[in-house]
Amino acid sequence: MDANNVLEIRGLNVEFASERGRLRALRDVDLTIPRGSIVGVVGESGCGKSTMINSIIGLLAHNATVSSGSISFQGEDLLQKSERELRDIRGQHISMIFQDPMTTLNPVLSIGTQMIDIQYRDQIPKAQKKARSIEMLSRVGIPDPESRLDNYPHQFSGGMRQRIAIAMALQAEPELLIADEPTTALDATLEVQIIHRLKDLQHSMGCSILFISHHLGVIAELCDFVIVMYGGEVVERGTVRDIFHRPSHPYTFKLLECDPARIAETTRSLPTIPGEIPNLAKLPPGCIFADRCERSIGLCREKIPPSTEFAEHHWARCHLAGEVSST
Amino acid sequence: MWLYFLKRILLGILIVVVAVSLLYSMIHMVPGDPVKTILGPRASPELQAQIREKMGLNDPLPVQIVKFIGRVATGDLGEDVFKRKSVNTIVFEQLPHTIYLVLAGIGWAMLVGIPLGCLSAIYRNSMIDRFAGILSVSCIAIPTFVVALYSVLLFAVTLKWLPAIGAGDGGFGSYISHLILPAFAVGLGWVGYLARLVRASMLEVMSENHVRTARAFGLPEKTIVFKYVLRLAILPTITLIGMGIGILLSSAVFTEIVFARPGIGRLIYDAVTSRNYPVVMGSVLVTTILFVVSTTIADLINALVDPRVRTEG
Ligand SMILES: Nc1ncnc2c1ncn2[C@@H]1O[C@H](COP(=O)(O)OP(=O)(O)OP(=O)(O)O)[C@@H](O)[C@H]1O
Ligand SMILES: [Mg+2]
Repeated sequence: MDANNVLEIRGLNVEFASERGRLRALRDVDLTIPRGSIVGVVGESGCGKSTMINSIIGLLAHNATVSSGSISFQGEDLLQKSERELRDIRGQHISMIFQDPMTTLNPVLSIGTQMIDIQYRDQIPKAQKKARSIEMLSRVGIPDPESRLDNYPHQFSGGMRQRIAIAMALQAEPELLIADEPTTALDATLEVQIIHRLKDLQHSMGCSILFISHHLGVIAELCDFVIVMYGGEVVERGTVRDIFHRPSHPYTFKLLECDPARIAETTRSLPTIPGEIPNLAKLPPGCIFADRCERSIGLCREKIPPSTEFAEHHWARCHLAGEVSST
Repeated sequence: MWLYFLKRILLGILIVVVAVSLLYSMIHMVPGDPVKTILGPRASPELQAQIREKMGLNDPLPVQIVKFIGRVATGDLGEDVFKRKSVNTIVFEQLPHTIYLVLAGIGWAMLVGIPLGCLSAIYRNSMIDRFAGILSVSCIAIPTFVVALYSVLLFAVTLKWLPAIGAGDGGFGSYISHLILPAFAVGLGWVGYLARLVRASMLEVMSENHVRTARAFGLPEKTIVFKYVLRLAILPTITLIGMGIGILLSSAVFTEIVFARPGIGRLIYDAVTSRNYPVVMGSVLVTTILFVVSTTIADLINALVDPRVRTEG
């Protein structure tokens, strides 16, 4: 693994056991997060974004199995770690911000209690932990943080709660922050505020961020690299410029095409593309996107395309990669 | 928070007033003339009329109810016409026995049922969970009087470990040893109820998003279960315990009869069979008030644990 990368996922396969049979939710997923960068993940609902991040922190549902692959964090494979070792990493080296700020905090414990509890590893007096939480709350823009520490989650608005979630996640100065649609539940102006705050904090703290969003505008604004997921596969990955200006996979192309204003306008959700999302229990023999793809050729329905780096730092899982042009 | 407490207490008083009115009307709709019951069938019509007048039975029902509530509000439950004793004295002689029985019964049910529910939830679908499940359902399914009878047979008659009947000779040790078997019988079903409820609400809370957050911060499992989950999961349990105490206060009657214990259930039973209406009214009234008190206390404890209820106003 390259020492300049915080996280590297290689060939990750995850399956769920379900009534419909074996659900192959992630197939040969590759992902690289260079140190200090922000990597965005886009894709329709159900394409496996949450499954991917849950694999990283080892919090997959009980019916899930990782059948192959590796997830290297700071040079060590997280998939080989015991539950104990993973717990030491969670919250300390990798932290999470979740989607719905209304339900991600414990409703019967004060904000202060929760922020102090997660510092349980530090052997410092409680007053010092409290001071750190206050400092963190003021950095995310909570007015009068000292007195608000005694408040309970329901006494804050959604935007405030998401700021608190960010403060909690960054409090331990993690190397990697994973944000699973942190702004989807907020309105557009709040979203912009939160995004800017996140970017500022990332600058000053120097952590890396894996940022998941439905919102192309936010991804374009915030991220350095983008991966595009479809039906459990990473269909394209590259720099934010490459993905938005030289998309190569027909799916990416469609996403951007449906969004004529491209990145500037505020699309609240991903544009819809005609056709059905694939059934993960009964996969086609060829390319996963072939059914909905206007450019598919005979080969596409027979052979699964490999992920090819057809230009520097630009990968796509398409037999026609490099040939499809955006113009 | 004080506003919430005040509201809750006022509501409790209102419930008691409604319950008392219903109770009073119901008793007066029971066929049979209370005056005849008191005086016997051969009393002269003049005497009957005199007693009827004295008991206020000639007033319209609403007036009677208002008068009755007014009297109860001053703490007077009336007079037992058979024994010529104040109902207050009779009820408050019996009440402590029942309260100790119910608290001891629910108390041991909590000590066993809540941890059992926690274990089931933590090790869900394991052998422990299955075993606890079967155990709880059996506890619920066996009627209390069966438990009472068999525990008398086993522990008192066969093994002779514990006394079978009465409430002891007045000494503290004797009182406790007489309390053990009845409390066991009263509490057994509640072990099952509490274990099932705690398991279900723990599992529900464990699947909530904030528990995932706590896990994602690497909090130790112990902290998550006992601080983050249990504090929420215990809320419905507190409500159930409040109701359980209230229900048992009047339904401990079987146990009190099997063990020949004094108590309010037994008092009501005896009063009903002898048509001693003032005592029926007085004792049912007191258990009703205690029911409202124990559920109100449960609500207030819930408000202390749950800040969302407290600040609701
Ligand atoms: N515990 C589970 N058991 C069975 N199937 C699951 C489970 N969790 C997720 N899946 C399936 O795996 C696929 C990927 O789900 P995932 O939650 O990762 O999608 P997502 O990209 O995060 O979607 P969203 O944008 O809606 O959050 C979906 O088809 C989903 O139905
Ligand atoms: Mg998701």
